[in-house]
Amino acid sequence: MTKAVPLPVDPRGPLPARQGFATFDEPASRFLVDAEGNPDFPAIQQTEEFKLLRRRVVRFVFPMTALFLVWYMTYVLLSAYAKDFMSQRVFGVVNVGLVLGLLQFVSTVLIMLGYSRYAARALDPQVDVVRELAGADEEQR
Amino acid sequence: MESIGNQGLNLSIFAVFVAVTLYVVYRVSNRNVTQSDYYTAGSSFTGRQNGMALSGDFLSAASFLGITGGIAVNGYDGFLYSIGWVVAWLIGLLLIAEGLRNTGRFTVGDVLAFRMRQRPVRAAAANSTLVISFFYMVAQMAGAGGLVALLLDVQTKGGQAVVITVVGVIMVLYVLFGGMKGTTWVQIIKAVLLLLCVVLMSIFLLGKFGFSVSALLDSGSQNSPLGDAVLDPGAKYGLDETSKLDFVSLALALVLGIASLPHVLMRFYTVPNAREARRSVVWATWLMVAFYLCTLVIGFGAMALVGSRTIARAPGGENSAAPLLAFEIGGTVLLGVVCAVAFSTILAVVAGLTLTASASFAHDVYANVIKRGNADPRSEVRVARQTAVVIGVLSIGGGIAANGQNVASLVALALALAASSNLSTILYSLFWRRFNTQGTLWAIYGGLVSCLVLIIFSPVVSGSRTSIFPDADFQWFPLNNPGIVSIPLSFLLGYVGTLLAREKADPDKQAEMEVRALTGLGSGLAQH
Repeated sequence: MTKAVPLPVDPRGPLPARQGFATFDEPASRFLVDAEGNPDFPAIQQTEEFKLLRRRVVRFVFPMTALFLVWYMTYVLLSAYAKDFMSQRVFGVVNVGLVLGLLQFVSTVLIMLGYSRYAARALDPQVDVVRELAGADEEQR
Repeated sequence: MESIGNQGLNLSIFAVFVAVTLYVVYRVSNRNVTQSDYYTAGSSFTGRQNGMALSGDFLSAASFLGITGGIAVNGYDGFLYSIGWVVAWLIGLLLIAEGLRNTGRFTVGDVLAFRMRQRPVRAAAANSTLVISFFYMVAQMAGAGGLVALLLDVQTKGGQAVVITVVGVIMVLYVLFGGMKGTTWVQIIKAVLLLLCVVLMSIFLLGKFGFSVSALLDSGSQNSPLGDAVLDPGAKYGLDETSKLDFVSLALALVLGIASLPHVLMRFYTVPNAREARRSVVWATWLMVAFYLCTLVIGFGAMALVGSRTIARAPGGENSAAPLLAFEIGGTVLLGVVCAVAFSTILAVVAGLTLTASASFAHDVYANVIKRGNADPRSEVRVARQTAVVIGVLSIGGGIAANGQNVASLVALALALAASSNLSTILYSLFWRRFNTQGTLWAIYGGLVSCLVLIIFSPVVSGSRTSIFPDADFQWFPLNNPGIVSIPLSFLLGYVGTLLAREKADPDKQAEMEVRALTGLGSGLAQH
């Protein structure tokens, strides 16, 4: 009943041969892998490609988290300690507190969409670049 | 008060739902032999399916019955729950989902122990998972008892205990036969039904008030003993400085707790890779936004059409707002449907919790602490199944004992516990290079124990009319929810514990975890 999705593949499987130079005597050492063919994590961590990916992740998620937490706590603190302000009517019997509360829904959706876009444009392609350093995903291309 | 509706109809709609879901569970899960099948459905769900299941996990009795009831009685102050539980998904989306999927396999312990000493950290992670899940489960079971009082006209405590037992037995059946795949399908079916139910009710209600939110709120406030004040902040939490601080503490636990709940975290393992995990949170967020907007309409609708006084006096108290409203607008049939959906919600959520707790015991404690990582997978699954039965029995007992307690506040305590022990440790181990074993242990145990101690000495347990032990008084901590103290404390202890440790973080393991968390390299997961 579940839709077919790619099953996990073992990256330790045989590395694909490239035309010309990959032989048994010469393992695919152009990738950042150790003797058993596992990714060489400390080496990957030091590459510019990975550092760029990490910077892009950190630069988005932490400021954005700080932003929505501050905005949410502002709303909570106003509700608790600025009752008169929050009780002002905006239209009909709808007051400032309710409008700000509904804006929390709006901001959540906006941040979610923003992150999805950012991840698809700036993170996922860079993930693919880093993965190629270790020769992952070759079989699927 | 007389019971409402037709018990025979309620029971038969409920029985049909249970029969259908048990059949689905049986059909989808004829092979639950490996750990991966049993714990995480072989990671075979798509982001959309898992997003629905995630929202299903999250739409518990507390959020459907508790929040609509809270709004119907307390107005604005009840709405805080809705907002907190929507905003909370951003924590899961931005900080947790993808890193967790890439670094773990089955449990929270997998992630926390990744670059630490295995046995103490896994034991700590399992302890916190078991405590959090137990609190959450007792809340759900207690909710089942209260609901039954209203729906099936079972008024005696003995009769309610029988019903709680039946709920417990069915949930254990889901878990034993269905594993994660069966449980996930039950969640998906339930989430769709519940969402349809609240959306249709909300559209109907809005239509009744000429699609004017203002008119709805206005006629709600005219039917509330609080009058216009019910639309303003402070109806429930505005009494004095202590209750205001309690409100802030609750708000913090809500926003930080959701994405730290073990059974929500485990859901991220049922999808094949990090991108599907991200997609599942996006789906869940959309569904939650729709659902919690509807709770506002339904809560004020119940206030307008049923009246706060009638709701507060009904057998299930605040929790009965949604069923009473259903009876008011749709008669016996709609009441029966809402009842069946509410019951199924409780069933599905406790099944997910049981699975999480049993997985944590079998995978972290049995396989990695007792057997030191040399357990045979089949015996691990057997232990998980046995644990599920034990947890089922325990939670039936706990549910019977806590029957009649305020469900939403019990859930808020579980959220405070989750945020106090899991959030700090997951974030530190994913993003802070120096974080080490001692820091992990201090953060988990410090957060968990401080939170538990503050709960025990809070007004929830003793010293007030609504306490679990109303006749005893050993309360000295003034707040109902300890989140504002225990969550920062857990972050602080993790920091201090790390700096004071003699044993430094393992740089190779740290490199592996960081690269793996961001790229999925080495996790064996294809990213496309």
